[in-house]
Amino acid sequence: MRIINRKPSRVTALALGALPFVATVIVYSVASHYRRLENPADKLLPSLESMGAAFWRMAAIPDRRSGDLLLWVDTFDSLWRLGTGMAVSTVLALSFGIAVGFIPHARSALAPYLATFSLIPPITILPILFITFGLGELAKIALIVIGTAPVMIRSTAQAVLDIPREMIIKAETLGATVWQMVTRLVLPQVLPKLITALRLGLVPAWIFLISAEAIASTTGLGYRIFLVRRYLAMDVILPYVLWITLLAFLLDRLLLLLSRRAFRWHHAGGDAL
Amino acid sequence: MSSQADHKLCVRGVSKYYDGVPVLERVDLDVDKGAFCTIVGASGCGKSTFLRMLLSQEHPTRGEILLDGAALPEEPTPDRGIVFQKYSVFTHLTVAENLILAKEFEAAPYTGKLFGGEKRTALGEIDEVLDRIGLAAAADKYPSQLSGGMQQRLAIAQALVKKPSILLLDEPFGALDPGIRLDMHELLLGLWRDFHMTIFMVTHDIHEAFKLGTRLLVFDKIRHDPQAPEAYGATITYDLPLKAPDTGDATPAPDEIAGVIRIAGNSTTDKPKDTNHP
Repeated sequence: MRIINRKPSRVTALALGALPFVATVIVYSVASHYRRLENPADKLLPSLESMGAAFWRMAAIPDRRSGDLLLWVDTFDSLWRLGTGMAVSTVLALSFGIAVGFIPHARSALAPYLATFSLIPPITILPILFITFGLGELAKIALIVIGTAPVMIRSTAQAVLDIPREMIIKAETLGATVWQMVTRLVLPQVLPKLITALRLGLVPAWIFLISAEAIASTTGLGYRIFLVRRYLAMDVILPYVLWITLLAFLLDRLLLLLSRRAFRWHHAGGDAL
Repeated sequence: MSSQADHKLCVRGVSKYYDGVPVLERVDLDVDKGAFCTIVGASGCGKSTFLRMLLSQEHPTRGEILLDGAALPEEPTPDRGIVFQKYSVFTHLTVAENLILAKEFEAAPYTGKLFGGEKRTALGEIDEVLDRIGLAAAADKYPSQLSGGMQQRLAIAQALVKKPSILLLDEPFGALDPGIRLDMHELLLGLWRDFHMTIFMVTHDIHEAFKLGTRLLVFDKIRHDPQAPEAYGATITYDLPLKAPDTGDATPAPDEIAGVIRIAGNSTTDKPKDTNHP
């Protein structure tokens, strides 16, 4: 049978999915092993055990200076910044996205501005934010908002424009006001796509979060990995990178699950990744 | 020309241009209350444009359309119901929710949504409609879970919730199987009699047009310039009164049918005909 028609069984699919992960771990272990044969104190490719020990130290043993469990403080602070920033972006995406997508005058007024604004590389605004808002939380959250909101607004507006014109006409013939069309037609039609925009927005949001924390912060996942970089502490950096990846993955899956639960009608016709 | 108030709908010298290109030119039409007008014509001859103008989704470049003797409202209103070929129902609402939506718009100006007891009352009132369109068992399904015929039955029922005096149908059965179409014809004719509506229905199917209509309107170009096919717009070239659909005999003259089919049947081929080029 042609390979395009051969479908893996559930077990095979799981095994195939695990394969690249296992291969990566094996390759790393082998490389680390040979490197430490030459120099037992090598810091570049620490052993899995030393990474585990470092991760445990960060997660479960209070810091000698502050008495905090650093991993959890970093995680909480980073997620709080990310969550607040994305919440603001989501509110902006909904309100401006629906206005731009649904009301031609709002579109004429805002679409060119948004298109221009979204092309500013957000990281170039970071110094301005630090100067304006100081080095506190506000500047970091503002960077996340500026980096994600314009694109999210534009994709929400596009989602509104993609609502079949027939549905909007039909709502008009059923006697709906503009506000009723927003609450009963536009909002429900757009929400699943907003969640997709949110999932895609989280990717750059993590970049801006880590960047802002790396440059000016006293806590946070990004702060930590850039701090321990000075000591070549790969045994901390690598687990932190894995931890950040895991958090990002879980957030993404949670949003997908939410979308599937809340918008059953949207996912009825089969689903993508 | 008779007085405008006698007719349900009057179309006076209507032309429609898109970016200077004429689609419809000098369309004149008077339609009495209760008529079932079927509209046929080649692809791109403006019959859907004409329907959209009756809906106020688009506006004539020249001329005017009068409804009950007064100018047509500038935007779609509940007095004219519409069924499109697709996307007519709301995909995020179940069958029952689709049917109570108009009631919700009316009863809840700010949220557009009824809750609790009010919603249960509204849902109770649509049982009869659900039975009539044969969707009682599917009341809690989403449109994507329904067949094409079921979706269109829902679309028609939804369009009639506000009891419009005019129902506009834009190729409503174009995507359905022939067997399903026959059921839809019965449903539509029954609703037409019960609701005393004036119906305009665009269709590709000439037999459907003859079977359902009391009046057949054929849209076509009178003039055709082979060097510039876009130079002239279409208008109503045939306006045939048909029998009442339930009185059996009185088939229109075969040559008339032939003339109509020659024009409307070859919808995909764009061969020049009736040319008047120099």
